[in-house]
Formats: sequence, structure tokens, C-alpha cells
Amino acid sequence: MSETSNITELKNVLEAALLTSNEPLSLDDMLRLFTEKMERATLRMLLDELKQDWAGRTMELVQVASGYRFQVREHYAVFLARLSPERQAKYSRAVMETLAIIAYRQPVTRGDIEEIRGVAVNPNVIRQLQERDWIDVIGQREVPGRPSLYGTTRHFLDDLNLQSLSQLPPIEDFAQQEISI
Amino acid sequence: MIETPLNAKIKGEEFTELPKDLYIPPDALEVYLETFEGPLDLLLYLIRKHNLDILDIPMADLTRQYMQYVDKMRAIKLELAGDYLLMSAMLIEIKSRMLLPKPVEVEEENDPRAELVRRLMEYEAIKLAAQRLDEMPKVGDGLFVASAYYQHISQVRPPEVSIDDLAEAWRNVLKRASHFQHHKVGRSELSVREHMNMILRRLKDDRLVEFTQLFDVKNDGIPKLVVCFLAVLELCREGLLRITQQQAFSPIYIQIASDINA
Repeated sequence: MSETSNITELKNVLEAALLTSNEPLSLDDMLRLFTEKMERATLRMLLDELKQDWAGRTMELVQVASGYRFQVREHYAVFLARLSPERQAKYSRAVMETLAIIAYRQPVTRGDIEEIRGVAVNPNVIRQLQERDWIDVIGQREVPGRPSLYGTTRHFLDDLNLQSLSQLPPIEDFAQQEISI
Repeated sequence: MIETPLNAKIKGEEFTELPKDLYIPPDALEVYLETFEGPLDLLLYLIRKHNLDILDIPMADLTRQYMQYVDKMRAIKLELAGDYLLMSAMLIEIKSRMLLPKPVEVEEENDPRAELVRRLMEYEAIKLAAQRLDEMPKVGDGLFVASAYYQHISQVRPPEVSIDDLAEAWRNVLKRASHFQHHKVGRSELSVREHMNMILRRLKDDRLVEFTQLFDVKNDGIPKLVVCFLAVLELCREGLLRITQQQAFSPIYIQIASDINA
């Protein structure tokens, strides 16, 4: 006699786990919910059905870089924002531009960032992004001084509701325009 | 800086453009100049403001205007001007190279402006990308993730024990007891290293601890207190701790040495 005999029950288990998890759940995480062996394809199918079941509800099941999570549909965000009226502190332009360079040109060194922005990198900017767990050091460039190479984290993608870097908004590639001088 | 269409009425007259001779009070200028993220940002602003063709930049005009801004910056905030001065030198160099007569046989010489144009475009692309990233909803800022409450109950599974395990254990006890026919008084092994570890961990959390707080006089026996004191001395010898006292008989404070340097 199996623990979870029918599809509805399987979906309920997934739903309970997803709704209570603080972090997105990966397929491997969800497979651990069941004692019996389950194919990944089966799990994906169940998640797909679960997604359908929630169509038209306030929550939606979405996939981000580190897995699946339930989140509030965009429509309700404006209402919920009123519950915490203090505005989220904005990052400075220096922080956002540094983040953009790391996101779009990674892996990059501080030198690369300075070259693109034309000004010295303030160490605080890097620290702020590291503390947010949006960037980290992913290696060293093998040149004198072995400068750290920075890249974005999965947490960054999760926070921006993305599955992969390829989903970042396309950057206007001016460099590809014909430069007729 | 992006030019936004102006919508202002002065004396009933509608203004859609900033007046060309707009006077900026010196104090405001300081704030204004700080809004530029660097020389590339300022150059882009000048190019976009005057509708210059980025692919065919009139170098003399641009350099002149750029220098005006930099002069103002130097007058107000000298330390700001370093990166900007470097760019001035680059602009002047480009202009002077453009003035040099080209030998006829060298046909395909690169435009001296090419590198500047490449950098400006690269920077503008990043600037726009940064604005878009900023506008995107993020978790905690326009994006809400479901988090239903769930009382986590950890499943503690007691290890299984068989009769054989029990018998084996009893035999071991008897065997060991036979080795110790004579009762020996042993010293409880207190590791200085372990206490060093504990002290460092504690200081990592608490940063600054008063010396007496490191010792639990009520519960720890004298041997443990001594080991703890040795650990403090050892950490100090290894340069990991800084011990400070303002004056004689005032409280002694302990902190991690690297915290002071940082």
C-alpha cells in the first residue's frame, strides 16, 4: 500500500511543501518528500498540474533559478505594499551600474568595472552587493595581482524573479551598430 | 541624467525648455555636479543635451563644454576632479591627433575618436541596463513570496539497539574495568586550544567582551578557569586578541585584533 496513492494527494503534498518553504524548492528537494521513487518527468507533470489548479487564484507557482515557489500575482503587489509603507531604500546609481556591469559582463574584475564606468570603484559598493548575496567572487584572473572575478548569484536571479541570466532584459547593444566614422 | 520634458509656467508663459542662460547658484552646482557618476556620465549628458551625434562627435565643442564643467568642479570640489582631469587630457589628445596631417599612403587610419565612442556606448548601455534592473520588481520590493506558517517538528529517530549490542557493550565494560583494578585519580583533560576556539567564537558574536565575563566563576571549577585564562594569554601571544584597559583598576576589555585594524 503506497503512502500517497492518488495524484490529488501527491499534489497536496507538493503544495504544502511549497507554501511553507522559505526558499524556492528544487526538483531534488521535492523528490525527497516522497518515500517512493518518482521520475523527474512525473514530478514536473504534477507541478504543471498544480500550476493549472492555481490559475485564477491570488498566488501563482513560478520557477526561478533555484527552483519553484509560490508568489503573489503582480496585480496584488500594490495592495500588499501598503502594509509596509516605508519605502524600500533605493540603491545608488553607482551600486546599480556596478550590478549591471557584473550581471551583463560577468565575470569581471574591479578593473573592468572601473574601465566601463570611468571612475574608481568604491569598496562599499561591492560590499553592499555581496551582503545582499547578489554577487560573489567566482575566481581570480590569472594576471599579476590575481584580481577577483565577480559574478552574480542564484539568489540574485531568485530575487529578480528570473530563471537564468538569459532572461535579463536585453541590453541595447550599441557596440553592434555600424560605427561609420 | 535624462532630459525630461519641462512643464512649467512662469508669469502665465509656458516653458517647455530650460532657459539657455539658466543661472545655477554655486551651492546648488555642487549638488548638481555630484549627480554625475563620472566623466563618461558627464560627457554623455553633454552629448545628449546638445543633440550631438555620438558617432561623429564635434571634439572641439565637446571638449570646450566639458572643460567648463571641470573648471567649476575644481573651483568647488577639488578631490572630485581627478578622474575628470584624466578625461580632459584624453579629449585634448584626441582633438590634437585629429588636427595632425595624415600621410596620404595611410588610408585606413583609425579615427582617434573610435575608442572614446566605444567607451561612451558601452557606458550608456550599462547605464540603461542599470535603470531597468532598478525598475524590476524584486523580492521584498514589489514581489511577494508565499510563506505559510509551519511549525517545524524535527523527526528524531532513536537508534535501534539489539540484545547483541547490549551484551557486547557489557563485555566491553567488564574488559575495561579489569584494566583499572587500582583506582587512578585522573586530571580532566581541558584543552587550551578548545577554549581558544570558544573565546574566538564568542568574540566574533559579541565583538567586545569584558575580561571577567569570559569566566563563569560560579559553575566552572578552578582548573577550567585556569585553562580559560591560559587560552586568553595564548590568543594574545598569537596576536589574535587585543586586551585594553583605560586606566589602572578599570575594566579590562577583550576584542579580536583584526576588528581593530578593519
